[in-house]
Amino acid sequence: MSRQEIIRMTGCEKSVTDLYKVLATRGVVAPVSNCPVEQSSAFVKLCLSQSCGKCVPCRVGLKQIASIIDRILDGKGKAEDLDTLKSLANTIKDSADCAIGFGAAEALLRNIENFRKDFESHITHDRCTASFIPVPCKASCPAHVDIPRYVALVKEGRYADAVRTIRFDNPFPAACALICEHPCEAACRRNMIDASVNIRGIKRMAVEMAGKVDAPACMPSTGKRIAVVGGGPSGLTAAYYLQLMGHKVTVFEQRKQLGGMMRYGIPRYRLPESFLDEDINNVLSTGVEVKLEAKITGDCYEDMKKEYDCIYLAIGAHNAKTLGIEGEDAENVISAVELLCAIGDNEKPDFKGKRVVIVGGGNVAMDCTRTAQRLGASSVQCIYRRRREDMTALPEEIEGAIAETCEIVSLMAPVRVEKDAEGKVAALIVAPQIPGSYEGGRPKPVRADAPEMRIECDIIIAAIGQAIDSAEFAAKGLPVKRESLAAGKGCFIAEGVFAGGDCASGPSTVIRAVEAGKTAAANIDEYLGYKHVLPRDIEIPYAPAAPMEASGRINFKERAAFDRKYDFDIMEQNMTKQECEQECSRCLRCDCRGFGAFRGGKGQTW
Amino acid sequence: MVNLTIDQKRICAEEGSSILEAAKANGIYIPTLCYLKELNEVGACRVCLVEIEGQEQLSASCNTIVAEGMVVKTNSKKVLDARRTNVELILSEHNVSCTSCVRSGNCSLQKVAKELNITDEVFEKDFDAFRWDSSAPLVRDASKCIKCMRCINICDKVQSLGVWDLNGTGNRTKLEVRGGSAFKDINCALCGQCITHCPVGALSARDDTKKVLNAIADPDKTVIIQVAPAVRAAWGDAVGLDSKLATEKRMVAAIKTLGADYVFDTNFSADLTIMEEGSELIEHIKEGRKGPMFTSCCPGWVRFLKLEYPDMVNMLSTAKSPQQMFGAVAKSYYAQILGIEPEKIFCVSIMPCSAKKYECDVKEVNDASSKDVDVVLTTRELGRLLGGIDCAALEEQDFDQPLGIGTGAAVIFGATGGVMEAALRSAYFLLTGKNPDADAFSELRGLNKWKEASFTINDLKLKIAIASGLGNARALIEAIRKGEAQYDFVEIMACPGGCAGGGGQPICDGFELAGERGERLYTLDKNNPMRFSHENPAVLALYKDYLETPLSHKAHELLHTEQEKWTL
Repeated sequence: MSRQEIIRMTGCEKSVTDLYKVLATRGVVAPVSNCPVEQSSAFVKLCLSQSCGKCVPCRVGLKQIASIIDRILDGKGKAEDLDTLKSLANTIKDSADCAIGFGAAEALLRNIENFRKDFESHITHDRCTASFIPVPCKASCPAHVDIPRYVALVKEGRYADAVRTIRFDNPFPAACALICEHPCEAACRRNMIDASVNIRGIKRMAVEMAGKVDAPACMPSTGKRIAVVGGGPSGLTAAYYLQLMGHKVTVFEQRKQLGGMMRYGIPRYRLPESFLDEDINNVLSTGVEVKLEAKITGDCYEDMKKEYDCIYLAIGAHNAKTLGIEGEDAENVISAVELLCAIGDNEKPDFKGKRVVIVGGGNVAMDCTRTAQRLGASSVQCIYRRRREDMTALPEEIEGAIAETCEIVSLMAPVRVEKDAEGKVAALIVAPQIPGSYEGGRPKPVRADAPEMRIECDIIIAAIGQAIDSAEFAAKGLPVKRESLAAGKGCFIAEGVFAGGDCASGPSTVIRAVEAGKTAAANIDEYLGYKHVLPRDIEIPYAPAAPMEASGRINFKERAAFDRKYDFDIMEQNMTKQECEQECSRCLRCDCRGFGAFRGGKGQTW
Repeated sequence: MVNLTIDQKRICAEEGSSILEAAKANGIYIPTLCYLKELNEVGACRVCLVEIEGQEQLSASCNTIVAEGMVVKTNSKKVLDARRTNVELILSEHNVSCTSCVRSGNCSLQKVAKELNITDEVFEKDFDAFRWDSSAPLVRDASKCIKCMRCINICDKVQSLGVWDLNGTGNRTKLEVRGGSAFKDINCALCGQCITHCPVGALSARDDTKKVLNAIADPDKTVIIQVAPAVRAAWGDAVGLDSKLATEKRMVAAIKTLGADYVFDTNFSADLTIMEEGSELIEHIKEGRKGPMFTSCCPGWVRFLKLEYPDMVNMLSTAKSPQQMFGAVAKSYYAQILGIEPEKIFCVSIMPCSAKKYECDVKEVNDASSKDVDVVLTTRELGRLLGGIDCAALEEQDFDQPLGIGTGAAVIFGATGGVMEAALRSAYFLLTGKNPDADAFSELRGLNKWKEASFTINDLKLKIAIASGLGNARALIEAIRKGEAQYDFVEIMACPGGCAGGGGQPICDGFELAGERGERLYTLDKNNPMRFSHENPAVLALYKDYLETPLSHKAHELLHTEQEKWTL
């Protein structure tokens, strides 16, 4: 018998670990629509199964919580149960000896608070407020695009029908095929087996294979005139659907071209003009009138209100936020908005041989970083005051930038800009940080006990967020909350005026802008006294049983970094037909299987 | 066509058909439970499972479409084991109380369990509690519900009312009245289609048999039973008699074994209804009143209109339904003939309907006594009362007289389009003074969702429409409201196919029998020497001796009602 042994994981331990891995994959697609009280019950029992059993609060407290929750679920809840649960959870939180207990209690407390109404409904009426969502991808797409159905259409090679199906809910299939953040994939039930279906990839196959797909005919004219202010994704979405409903829409765009942030924010190597123009041309083919370089001032807005039956404000968020540090006025300190906007109109600055520093950690910062590289910079550094994992940019964007030899300098906060004798940028002085306590889900940067550092550079690009140019509308009496136009959930903001997209939500994604445009279109139609329902006239292929065995997800391939980092040509490569076919057949067709077989056909119109 | 192999039998199936339908068409039996053709192909119960070669997972045959070269096994060990376990699981959520269940012997779960040789309850029982307002004509016993979703879909897709819904998720999923409302507060027409499509005893019509037995046993009561037209077309199914033996006259003999004083025919008052409603229609058209006149015989339809389109209730004919006319006549005219107090008469009607239980309880409908019809029994309850009778052995008998006389025009009330056809036969006579050919309006027959026709009788142009099933009724009403359709007279029956397919009829799971049962009624019409309501001698005598003329003051008093005032 040896004094010590090398311990390997036993079969049982491995099995439990695997179980937790499966649990994690189910967590990824957590059916958020399911009963939160049930989920709380299951969660507490899981935590209890991890308890060592030494301390009272965890061992007994969690058990008592579980039985109270189960009693509530059985319709035998008492009025005081919620208070009992909270005080019990608080006691566990405050008195448990380790994280097994207090971690569970903390999470539970948040759940009780967030789902108070659901708990109360169970207690007082023995009823659940939750209802199962049959098709998770469709539900989590902000535009509620009918994903399983267009996937089925692509599988059958009916690409044009797939594009039409997408356009029922989103007039930007080509743009979204390249740059959508695809929240649908995060929710994909296929995650429970292996990994989500590459939905965006299938969409790209649809748009690339379909060729030109004509827009449907507009419904009979209503004679109503609608002004849309802003030619970005939200404004054009509203314009498209309103025009199809038979209204007459005019879009006012302050810049030279339509597209908003899709053109003036997203670099061409991610979204080539041809893709964007395909979508925009389709919108325009419905007869939408466009006035370019038409900035709507407060006075124009007043006239517009008289001239049009309804207005949709979708002005986006195009103002740059400033760094607010000393020396910021130095020459060659520019904003992300300025840089990307100029490139949108094909006015590319020359960064040849320049040392460029980007400040920020979001996707826009990554766009600037990778753009600077492509503009010929001799070195590109992205300065971020938190950790790399705290960056809001997509991980693949960060990895892509690094592969293109850009440097991510994390945990460094900008302090001041140093100028040279001519008033030009000479260096950025940064202060090292350490991650501190959590605030808003991320650790707050805290000044490290380390000296400031000097990053010599020629150009500084501030990519720390955009602001909304809402002052003129505020002056005309529209409600504004922290610069955002304070529209309601239905985009209504004032009599005859609706607002949506980035200008109401703050900077967000294209698909969120589309959601707002759709919402506004439906509500404007209703506001004008109509209830147009746009037809969905595409027969959907039958859903054979999907293969249940795990199969590898086919990811996008990109051009190699050494090849792509000097030009603005598209970076991402389309799937092959073989790959696409495999991806399509991985779709579980939740619209026809499971709960979808029962309630999948509901909620088709909007 | 698609070629496939099921259980080593090579078969050819229609493209797009399910494995289940393909198997059925080729004489291969696959058990089902939640399946309801075209309405509930949701694959919830996992009983119709089959094994498809090359697939590890079993498939529900009800919603898996046939494919070329497919090889299917319906009876492999894997299939049978899964089927049996699933049924055992269903049984754990089902309050198995077969001996006291109205569906005993006619229960799809019982049948499937038996077929799978289930002799033991292996899983711990855990079923919902039975909580229900016992006064409601429709009863839902949650403890027996197997959550097959059929009631949800029949009410949603066929009747367009959406009374039933799910609440909660996972194991605690409950089937409930939509939104958790109390049943009395929901917009239920009480048509009973959910009952006739329930595979088990979770949904039923309130049992009123004891009230009838008590009345028959009460020496102070004169018990009169009336039998609705559609009952005779279906009663055989309720007592296990084939259609050859289940004649109208044998039904009369069977009912007479119950010991009531008189067994009469609702056909009599159906003829009376035609006299009143037909006269009202002619008045309606001659006066050029706006919009169509709607038939009012079907209380499910009347409820539907009151609940969903209250502004149109005044477009209903004010004529009472044959059931209520019968009650009013029995407790006035006939009480007088018998020389007894109306309150001593106990009037029972046997109806193919669950909504009739509501109708007879409507306070505002009574004109001859405090309750013109005391109790309504469904055809199924009649079957239960006859449980101990060897009906096949009974000698045929006639209805009692005089309220047992009915014409062919009356008997077709039980099929969709029948009221319209009967009304037109008499309207023709009222307008021209002579009878049309009795089959002149036969184009109105059949199960089409929405039928319409135009006739010109003596320069009077008449455009009519017929719909059965409340979803179809809604479509028709919406068309009228949008101005897309205009009619003078519209017949609507709440149940698809009319009373023949009524919610009170015997249940034969998997079969939609409205058409077949309707055909039996048309045969009875054809074989009846009297085929015009206005020639019913008992009806003519009633007018002569008591009511004077159709729409007379007395007739109005007894035979008409204001549905707007009915309490729901």
